[in-house]
Amino acid sequence: MTKTILSVALGLTVAGLLASTASAATLDDVKAKGFIQCGVSQGLPGFSNPDDQGNWTGVDVDVCRAMAAAVFGDASKVKYTPLSAKERFTALQSGEIDVLSRNTTWTMTRDTALGLNFAGVNYYDGQGFMVRKSLGVASALELSGASVCTNTGTTTELNVADYFRANKMEYEIVAFEKSDEVVAAYDAGRCDVYTTDQSGLYANRLKLTNPDEHVVLPEIISKEPLGPVVRQGDDQWFNLAKWSLNAMINAEELGVTSENVDEMANSDNPEIKRLLGKEGEFGAAIGVSNDWAYQIVKQVGNYGESFERNIGVNTPLEIKRGLNQLWSKGGILYAPPIR
Amino acid sequence: MANSTSSSAAETAFVRSDMVPSQAPPASEVGVIGWMRKNLFSSIPYTILTLFSLYLIWLVVPPLLEFGLFNAVWSGSDREACTTAAQGGIQSDGWVGACWPYIGSYLNQFIYGRYPIDQYWRVNAVFALFAVGLVPVLIPRVPYKGLNVLYLFGVFPVASFILLTGGNITLDGFLLPDAIMAPSFVKFIIDYLVLTAVVCLIGYAIARGTEAPVAPMIRNILIAMGVLLVILLLFATNFGLESVTTDQWGGLLVTLVIAVTGIVASLPIGIVLALGRRSQLPAVRLLSVVFIEFWRGVPLITVLFMSSVMLPLFLPEGVSFDKLLRALIGVALFAAAYMAEVVRGGIQALPKGQYEGAMAVGLSYWQMMQFIILPQALKLVIPGIVGSFIALFKDTTLVLIIGLFDFLGMIQSSYSDPTWASPVQSLTGYLFAALVYWAFCFAMSRYSLYMESRLDTSRR
Amino acid sequence: MTVADTPVGTGAPKVAIFNDPKVRGAAIQIVLIALIAFLIYGMVSNAATNLAKAGIASGFGFLNVTAGFGINISPFVEYSETSTYGRVFLVGLQNTLVISIAGIFFATIIGFIVGVARLSSNWVIAKLAYAYVEIMRNIPLLLWIFIWYFSVLRLLPSKSDPINLGPFGLLNIAGYYAPKAVFAGGAGWIGIALIVAIVASFVLSFWAKRRQLATGEQFPVFWTSVAMIVGLPLIAYFLTGMPVSFELPTASRFGPKGGARIYPEFLGLLLALSLYTANYIGEIVRAGIMAISHGQTEAAHALGIRSGPTLRLVVIPQAMRVIIPPLTNQYLNLTKNSSLAVAIAYPDLVSVFAGTTLNQTGQAVEVLLMTMLTYLAISLLTSLLMNWFNAKMALVER
Repeated sequence: MTKTILSVALGLTVAGLLASTASAATLDDVKAKGFIQCGVSQGLPGFSNPDDQGNWTGVDVDVCRAMAAAVFGDASKVKYTPLSAKERFTALQSGEIDVLSRNTTWTMTRDTALGLNFAGVNYYDGQGFMVRKSLGVASALELSGASVCTNTGTTTELNVADYFRANKMEYEIVAFEKSDEVVAAYDAGRCDVYTTDQSGLYANRLKLTNPDEHVVLPEIISKEPLGPVVRQGDDQWFNLAKWSLNAMINAEELGVTSENVDEMANSDNPEIKRLLGKEGEFGAAIGVSNDWAYQIVKQVGNYGESFERNIGVNTPLEIKRGLNQLWSKGGILYAPPIR
Repeated sequence: MANSTSSSAAETAFVRSDMVPSQAPPASEVGVIGWMRKNLFSSIPYTILTLFSLYLIWLVVPPLLEFGLFNAVWSGSDREACTTAAQGGIQSDGWVGACWPYIGSYLNQFIYGRYPIDQYWRVNAVFALFAVGLVPVLIPRVPYKGLNVLYLFGVFPVASFILLTGGNITLDGFLLPDAIMAPSFVKFIIDYLVLTAVVCLIGYAIARGTEAPVAPMIRNILIAMGVLLVILLLFATNFGLESVTTDQWGGLLVTLVIAVTGIVASLPIGIVLALGRRSQLPAVRLLSVVFIEFWRGVPLITVLFMSSVMLPLFLPEGVSFDKLLRALIGVALFAAAYMAEVVRGGIQALPKGQYEGAMAVGLSYWQMMQFIILPQALKLVIPGIVGSFIALFKDTTLVLIIGLFDFLGMIQSSYSDPTWASPVQSLTGYLFAALVYWAFCFAMSRYSLYMESRLDTSRR
Repeated sequence: MTVADTPVGTGAPKVAIFNDPKVRGAAIQIVLIALIAFLIYGMVSNAATNLAKAGIASGFGFLNVTAGFGINISPFVEYSETSTYGRVFLVGLQNTLVISIAGIFFATIIGFIVGVARLSSNWVIAKLAYAYVEIMRNIPLLLWIFIWYFSVLRLLPSKSDPINLGPFGLLNIAGYYAPKAVFAGGAGWIGIALIVAIVASFVLSFWAKRRQLATGEQFPVFWTSVAMIVGLPLIAYFLTGMPVSFELPTASRFGPKGGARIYPEFLGLLLALSLYTANYIGEIVRAGIMAISHGQTEAAHALGIRSGPTLRLVVIPQAMRVIIPPLTNQYLNLTKNSSLAVAIAYPDLVSVFAGTTLNQTGQAVEVLLMTMLTYLAISLLTSLLMNWFNAKMALVER
């Protein structure tokens, strides 16, 4: 009763902007409105970053595009909501966005208490440190007495406190709200050390005045598996997110790329046939058409393509595959099979 | 001696018989030098102060001009134009100057945010509609103020809402539980009729209770509900406009939307609160005072945090507000508290005779307020309202802290683009922002001064 | 609005119960209170449901939980990563109060200078003050904070290459490193000497006033007091064998170490807050002085009072009555505006408590409620204080 009357009162005053959400079936909502609302970062090169035309690119963006390709057969049917670290979970919980793909670390609290579901890992990361080469620091253990710039509201702030305390080192923390401000502060010399996920260090190094004057230290002080997140309690949508990502990884493992996907569709390999919808009804199982994975690979590419296009060694970020290599090639990327 | 002069003044040769022509004042008293002596160097401490002031000016102005004009870069297509050789650009080492081409290439984003480029005309149309409504209101000589205000507060918001969002919202009912009837347009109409009936009943009860005439009361309610329905139906009409969600809005558009909505929404709430604060009913007065003092006692940023983090928690399940709307609610409530104090100032400034006169001719409380007190009080506080608007306009910058991209937020976010990354980028951006905000606020404060002097003479 | 009570038992016509203003007023109020109670109940019950669903804890238990993150600036409150969220609140409150008090101090001084300067007959000074006011008030405070912190203070040299101010310490991008006083044994005597000097000054001024009222003779209270307050501690300092020494910052790998440090975040916020508020205070001071009619000054001059005492004894006391109420408002505004520290990395209440703590615990309602009530309490306290001061300053009305 309370709710009804309240919503009447509120609904009348603001009827226009009232967006009813929350229905259990996100997939139906998404199909009805014709696009996926994707929560991304406020600008992290290589992961999710807008250009001066407002087009978003990056590996996190590609996850959303893959989901759109699976649902609509059109990877461009995504709208992006830039979110700060602080507001990202509220935005997902309140239904403002359908999926959060914003270099978000998978932790137990978030997976359980915050009512979220992590659909997998699209980048294995760890927290690292960046310093000026001129300081002559070779290891993070030499950082006692340094001032450290970082973001507020993230696990990095806690990790760095733990690390320095565990190694009985002194430090001065300077914590900013936005990562741009952290980068600017570090670049100007306000801090000696910049700490965040290593991927972020590589990405943000590009924004420095002289990227070559800075070095990322070898120590990784935390495990940061980053991945797309959906709301708890909607298994169908959760499955779609999970398998859109898995399809990209499986496609790379099977050697299916955006260029050869049309030829591969005629392949005799049963695994490829299942992936590209020539065999089985895997699309129906997640509530989309049967060529869902074909569309993903065709329009977005496989995981390796997305990686190389956005953050790989040929991009300004120059990140090596490392842990994010396939399990068969020395990494830990391992997607369950489609069968 | 004294005697002789008095007796023979006329014959004495050394006494002048005609007036000495007046001489020009000494050079030290007139002209530039005289003015300077009088106004700048009249005493030693004064001279020291003058020189100190000149030194301050010299400290600030030449470097600023050098940065913004003489050393500035005016053309270029990426960071190369605005970086020194050591940083990978074309400028000589040690160069520092503004990078205006960066502003040029981002100007559209600073104005429209991430609004789709092919839809810019919609934003421009809204700006134009606003200007068309606002300019005649601001010029006191232009007639038809009533119609004008009706346009600005009635037609313009509806039109701009449809233009900016694309309209075409879904109306599928709001009252009856979904279990009784599936959400649909028909259900909305039924719900609306039920609501209208309920409101009419309440109106009837009030009219009977206060022995006011029943018919006009019901008629007014029906008109209000009818207008609301028409507006809602307009919102629901498909005009063929592409839907643009508010997270694509940004830049000056968001700044103006927040500032204008804030002031428009805060005015009626502020008037009600001001009346409430001066009410004779203790509970009404207490609630108004608590409300006003609460909002005035806390910083706006906590209000914005509250609206962005706490408000979603207070809403029933299944209802969620747009991020921009949440910020708007916070800003409007905050501004209303300040507006209430401005309006109260106007009400209190009226002589007691106005109240006594109104009561003497037998006006009821609401009649007295509507016809006698508020028209005079509101006219008195026009400068105050403009002042509040300036303050609100400046305060809109705070929404960038909760992640909305207003004008300043858009400028800050452009710093993350590596295309233009350079050490002078942030200085250039802030300088540009400062110039724009200054121009807006200065113009408004001049207008406020003008109105003040005008109102002043009219009351004498 | 007030309508005289209907006379009872004097044969007045019986009024319909709804038309009785008392009844009607009561009814309106009851309905209003019920409506608000219902609204609050609705919000609370919704919040409870939503929180339970999101699995977020409620209550103030989190205040005893270890925070785990570091805070760089905490001059008075002891803080480390192992401290609790309750302690974080105290640190934030402390930093808010420190920046507010410092900001109010400087804003008042600059504001009075600007206000007087605007009325100056010196053309350059008056115009300069005018330009200052117009530039300051027409640009948003947040932008000023950005300009000062991100643009101006970033122009300072790097940590390894500080500006050396000799005995006054070092200045670089990571802040100002002042020499720090180190107290050895016996330094307590200096403090005692200072207190004695201050007490003596009060006694002296009391005595001088009595004497002037009785005999008309004046005594140079101000200079004597200054001499005592400076001189007595100095004498104590030398008598106890100079127990105070100054520790200068020394260079290390990561910039200067030691000394008393003023952080650039603090400095940037202080500059922005005090310069921005000073323009409003300047206008208030100008209005206050202009509100005192010129006749007051002329009358004072006619009585043979020189212009110094005229300003001090005639104009300012009267102007203060006009100045204090809006000045209070500006002090409160400054305190509330200090919350913009969240935009730069100064750890004030909003930044570390309503920001970081809220993030780590997710307990939005409790955290924001505490924050808002704290500001409200500060506002009310300041208002009370200034009202008391105002009442003291107010001349007894005729």
